[in-house]
Amino acid sequence: MATYKLQINGRTYEADVEADTPLLWVLRDNLGLVGTKYGCGIAQCGACTVHVNGDAVRSCVYPVSAVGTSKVTTIEGLSEMGDHPVQLAWDEVDVAQCGYCQAGQIMAATALLNKNPNPTAEEIDNTMNGNICRCGTYHRIREAVALAAKKTK
Amino acid sequence: MSSLSKPSRRNFMKLAATASGGLFLGFSWTSSVASAMEVVSDTAIAAGKIEFNSFLALSPDGIVTILSPNPELGQNIKTSFPMVVAEELDADWTKVKVVQAPLDTKKFERQLTGGSGAVPHSWERLRKAGATARYMLVEAAAKRLKVPASSLTTENGMVVHQASGRKLSYGELATEASKIPVPTDVKLKDPKDFKLIGTAVRNVDNHEMITGKPLYGLDIYKEGMLFAMIQRPKAFGMKLKSVDAAAAKAMPGIVDVVTFKNNVAVVGKSTWQVNKARKALKIEYEKEATLESSADHDRIFKELLDSPDVTVRRKDGDVDAAFKKAAKVIKSEYQCPFLPHSPMEPMNFFAHVREDGVELAGPTQTPEMARGMVAKMLNIDPEKITLELTRLGGGFGRRLSADYVLEAAELSSIIKAPVKLIWTREDDTTGGTYRPAVRYRFEAALDEKGNMIGYKLRGVGMNAGNPTREDNFPSGAVDNLLIESVDHKSPITTGPWRAPITNFLAYAEQAFLDEVAHEAGKDPVQFRLELLDKAKKSPVGEIKYDIDRMKGVIDLAVEKSGWGKKKGVAQGFSVYFSHRSYVAQVGEVEVKNGAPVVTKMYAACDCGMVINLSGANQQVKGGIIDGMGHAMYSKLSFKDGAPDQSNFNNYRLIRLKEVPEVDVHFVNNGIDPTGLGEPALPPTGGAVANAIFKATGKRLRNQPFIEQAELKTV
Ligand code: FES
Ligand code: FES
Repeated sequence: MATYKLQINGRTYEADVEADTPLLWVLRDNLGLVGTKYGCGIAQCGACTVHVNGDAVRSCVYPVSAVGTSKVTTIEGLSEMGDHPVQLAWDEVDVAQCGYCQAGQIMAATALLNKNPNPTAEEIDNTMNGNICRCGTYHRIREAVALAAKKTK
Repeated sequence: MSSLSKPSRRNFMKLAATASGGLFLGFSWTSSVASAMEVVSDTAIAAGKIEFNSFLALSPDGIVTILSPNPELGQNIKTSFPMVVAEELDADWTKVKVVQAPLDTKKFERQLTGGSGAVPHSWERLRKAGATARYMLVEAAAKRLKVPASSLTTENGMVVHQASGRKLSYGELATEASKIPVPTDVKLKDPKDFKLIGTAVRNVDNHEMITGKPLYGLDIYKEGMLFAMIQRPKAFGMKLKSVDAAAAKAMPGIVDVVTFKNNVAVVGKSTWQVNKARKALKIEYEKEATLESSADHDRIFKELLDSPDVTVRRKDGDVDAAFKKAAKVIKSEYQCPFLPHSPMEPMNFFAHVREDGVELAGPTQTPEMARGMVAKMLNIDPEKITLELTRLGGGFGRRLSADYVLEAAELSSIIKAPVKLIWTREDDTTGGTYRPAVRYRFEAALDEKGNMIGYKLRGVGMNAGNPTREDNFPSGAVDNLLIESVDHKSPITTGPWRAPITNFLAYAEQAFLDEVAHEAGKDPVQFRLELLDKAKKSPVGEIKYDIDRMKGVIDLAVEKSGWGKKKGVAQGFSVYFSHRSYVAQVGEVEVKNGAPVVTKMYAACDCGMVINLSGANQQVKGGIIDGMGHAMYSKLSFKDGAPDQSNFNNYRLIRLKEVPEVDVHFVNNGIDPTGLGEPALPPTGGAVANAIFKATGKRLRNQPFIEQAELKTV
């Protein structure tokens, strides 16, 4: 066990955990940030996507010891009021069915738009293909990412 | 205005206003409640002690609160049910608040999610609830304004006196309305006056979902709660022999390792710690039943298809004679594999078994059954068990089984502590209760003119009881018909999977009918329409589907897809009636780089009236993606009783890039809603297989398509 100081959503958190604990479980079990979801644990589904220094990463395979002083953003930190353009687009398009995969989808989409504010349909597909939605909201995910890109302009 | 057909008994109970005022209306989810209900006092409400069936509350600030009793798993019930209440109430939708109700079978009836049955079950009850409250508000306004109630109208949360232009909001009338006697009968709107029903309304939980609020079972973290994972036998047919937990127990954060039934549970202080410690268990198993492999299943299916020991499900005419005189006989077999449900949120449940009662919380499609089973297992009065319903991260039928609820409760009773039991994705994929594999043999007899004069289906299933639906189309349309089934009892655990039985059966039937139409030299749509005409003019035996509704969706699909009119586009057709609704689909396929690619799907649906267009649209698209994804890519196979696949790296689910464009249409026939959670899925596999045939000349008689040799040689 060791104590880790983590920069998450603009705040400093402390967690007393083993070095190999995935960031996902530190967020959920230790810090009460449960918006980041567990789906597979092996970097296959994207439900656990968060940003580390702006990059989308799979927190289920990202050991807490690798975070260091990097800045982590989770779904809870995307915006104060839930009004980030990507969140607004997700509401407007009414994307979610069960909703379980959607935090990961939103984080993946946001990382894409931060780097590439004007993605082509193909670029959207390439990024979002990494996130599974078992309910099959894929059409709306495509639509919402495109709408969010428009809103950010 | 249409009046209710049945004079209703007193199904509504007015609950007296609380100290702060407002109208509270208890309404029953059943129309057969015999006992009259009484008005209860506000102290009872304040103490939360009211025994009513459900409630709708209108507070002086105009907020309408509606309790939603059914588990929400993405079927959008938490939005669509309140829409129905709000429609009859003429409420301002922006002021409607929906609250998930806990399990309470005294208050709610049919508090489960499954079988696409919730909407048809509750439709009239929900409408009456809204109409009753509206009636009381209008009466209250009439008193206040001293005008006849008949001179008042309602809109958007207001009672309006057109003649004088005066308006009163529901909020300001709420307390007075609570003093109006509850009507025993109310008029419902004429559906053509619906303003909210049939429109696209956003999910009421959107904000919570997109901001990451705790909504799901896995998000439960309670005071003093421990975490647990269970090691179950790695193969079906194995049982626990011995456990060496020394190493696991010595690991950090581990509180205990306990054994019950065939389970070895590791209990600790965090998810990751129990996950790691579980890997350090040394467990020996021994065989207690046959360890079946997929190769065994293939052999068993082939044997059973020729077994003399079958159950006859339906028999019309003389099949032997028809096949003897046939000009042409077509015979084909279809097979589908085992499938796990793979909801994105794996199984989990919280349980706290105390001396004086049990607290349960988590995702289940059948809270009442789960509670009953826990009560029985622990030998405790069900009244002493509370069950908090969380939003479900998908269900697909998996959470109709309560195995994981029982595990959590039993574990908590042993360790005497509150505990959250977590299944990993691997547990979820390998832990059973699958959609069982199935094989079908179809035979059709054609006369010289290409009319189908004989039809035979034998379905061999596993733990399925009856893997056929003997009264579905084409039954009733063929003079000589025989439907039989055989079942193999397997130690692999199985259970319902979204659109039980029909999920595979519809694919096989619709693909086979395409083969028959082709052999008969007929257009696949025309072939089906001829059969339906025959069923209409000279029905054979009992017909349990509505011929006109089926024709309605066929016509709509033909129109929207431009069936048969598009040059250079390979189309496949399919139509199916299941779970009370009708869906016809057309698939379009192109061959790209030597592989068939599904480029577009059309769906024409008759699910009666559409309540929420946004939810309904997505339900159909999601059903098609589910049906197509599993038909194309998914398979769970076994070696010596153990699944070969365990997670999304080796068990394939459809992803975004593989999804075709989907064009959804609804038949608008004013029929009361008949449900949509399942019916869009069954026809998809057939539409896809038939389109692939059209594009490539290859018949796909086994799922998943991607593995079939036929596709590799395109
Ligand atoms: S949970 Fe991390 S990718 Fe699936
Ligand atoms: S909305 Fe259910 S898994 Fe995506």
